[in-house]
Amino acid sequence: MRNWQKYIGIIIPLLVVAGLMLYPTVTGKAAARETAFTILKAIALASSLNILLGYTGYVSFGHIVFFGFGGYVGFYLLSSQGASLWIAILAGGLSSGILAFLLGKAILRLRGAYFALATIGVNEAMKAFINNFDLFGGPTGITLNFKTYLAYGGASKALEMAFFIVGGLACLAIIMSYVIRTSKFGLGLLAIRENEDAAEVMGVIAPDAKTWAYVLSAIIPGMIGVLFFFKNGNVEPHDAFPLHASIELLVMVMLGGQGTVLGPILGAFAYQGMRGYLVTSDFFKDIQLSVSGALLLIIVLFIPAGAVGWLRKRSELLRRVLA
Amino acid sequence: MTLLLQVQGVTKRFGGLQALTQVTFDLPAGEIFGLIGPNGAGKTTLFNTINGVYHPEEGRIVFQGKDVTKMKPYYLAKMGMARTHQIVRPLNELTVRENVMVGACFGHENQHLASAAKIADEVLDFVKLSSRADQLAGSLNVAQKKRLEMARALASHPRLLLLDEVLAGLNPSEIDGMIQMILDIRTQGVTIIMIEHLMKAVMNVSDRILVLDYGEQIAEGNPKEIASDPKVIEAYLGDPKLAERLMEDD
Repeated sequence: MRNWQKYIGIIIPLLVVAGLMLYPTVTGKAAARETAFTILKAIALASSLNILLGYTGYVSFGHIVFFGFGGYVGFYLLSSQGASLWIAILAGGLSSGILAFLLGKAILRLRGAYFALATIGVNEAMKAFINNFDLFGGPTGITLNFKTYLAYGGASKALEMAFFIVGGLACLAIIMSYVIRTSKFGLGLLAIRENEDAAEVMGVIAPDAKTWAYVLSAIIPGMIGVLFFFKNGNVEPHDAFPLHASIELLVMVMLGGQGTVLGPILGAFAYQGMRGYLVTSDFFKDIQLSVSGALLLIIVLFIPAGAVGWLRKRSELLRRVLA
Repeated sequence: MTLLLQVQGVTKRFGGLQALTQVTFDLPAGEIFGLIGPNGAGKTTLFNTINGVYHPEEGRIVFQGKDVTKMKPYYLAKMGMARTHQIVRPLNELTVRENVMVGACFGHENQHLASAAKIADEVLDFVKLSSRADQLAGSLNVAQKKRLEMARALASHPRLLLLDEVLAGLNPSEIDGMIQMILDIRTQGVTIIMIEHLMKAVMNVSDRILVLDYGEQIAEGNPKEIASDPKVIEAYLGDPKLAERLMEDD
């Protein structure tokens, strides 16, 4: 019983993912798998961003750069170098991790709004670079030869496989988030979030801890990028580095509760659900992003801790159950 | 007697402001060393220079025989230096226990989470905050936050403890408790430098005292010498009778 209680903080999030993975099979609709894919992708990305935003307290407005960059690298290997999907996904994660490491050394010394602005700059600079980088197809991007899918049993089988991989990556992101949250490394990150100077005085080597948090938050997005473009069959600069997607990720993390394991998962779920409704409604379909903006404003003003954070503050029992 | 800390000719400037001028003192292990002076004399700046938050323009700081003049605060923490802040810096959204665990995990002894939790509970017991262990640090009052600062510093099991006005803002009974705590810490073998405005406390607790005025070291000696030093009386104590009374109390 005790042990079971101890791990409930990871059990609930994993059950959510398991539910999402079963949902298309249960309903038997093709559209359901598309919806579940989008939500699982959002969960993986939001949980990754949470390592930097929620645990370390550094707001990144350009986190999608890791999705795009890793995606491009992996997709290039897949389409032009004949690498397998697995190798491509690993390469995507690795290259995003390396990019984060180098960026971290350069911009993580900035604090608050300055760091946030720098991350936007990085995303736009990367987009401009890829646009002019002929190896990656420049502005027209790269298109996958349809034959590539044959190695995975044809396009429809490949799509099904992509769905299970995204579920796996979402689980991986959640487990990573939980392990960090409950580790000594994570305690150091939380200390940096609360007061970086005080943390340094207590012996937290903040520059290193921040860099590793940035690297860990970049790996899964890079892998997801490869998978997403594999599933789409092509990649273009404006699909790879959409700034609004970065902001949507922020809304998800803030909505669900930054700094908690479950928060970004619920946030991703709720936001994608809302978005799905908005883009199909006649009235909202063109102003869907303004609704996200308004939502972010409301969260920051009234429930800055997000839904899970709000609940955790309410009772000690919930504080123990909700990691 | 071994020297734990040597401060040699330390000078610190902020633009045109001379914050510290040629400050020099040796600190043997086991002492309680008082640091006094009027507001703006450079006491906290000296702390910040000793623990690596600032780096001095001139001079050397030697801690445990090693030149640490250009070292970052976190390396000094790992070498066994801990401090409290005049303006408390609690990690508000973490619990009191987690705050103290940060000190134990990342400070001098680099403990694992489990052993850090144990140390945290012991230290919280010592500073009488055990009943608040699961509360968020942000919800404590000022006196409790000061004890939390102390607990975080102690949890690292430091060699040298820098206390920056831990008595300020406390009521008389809280002051007595805190002074007793400082004396208990010393008996555990921790060397202490304390900045304090409360003269009675400094005079009674310190083995030696250094007086700063406008960043210059105007006197150094045992409490008796300091209380009768004409320069100190003029710059800081004001009334010579007051100085005598401070010594006679208790």
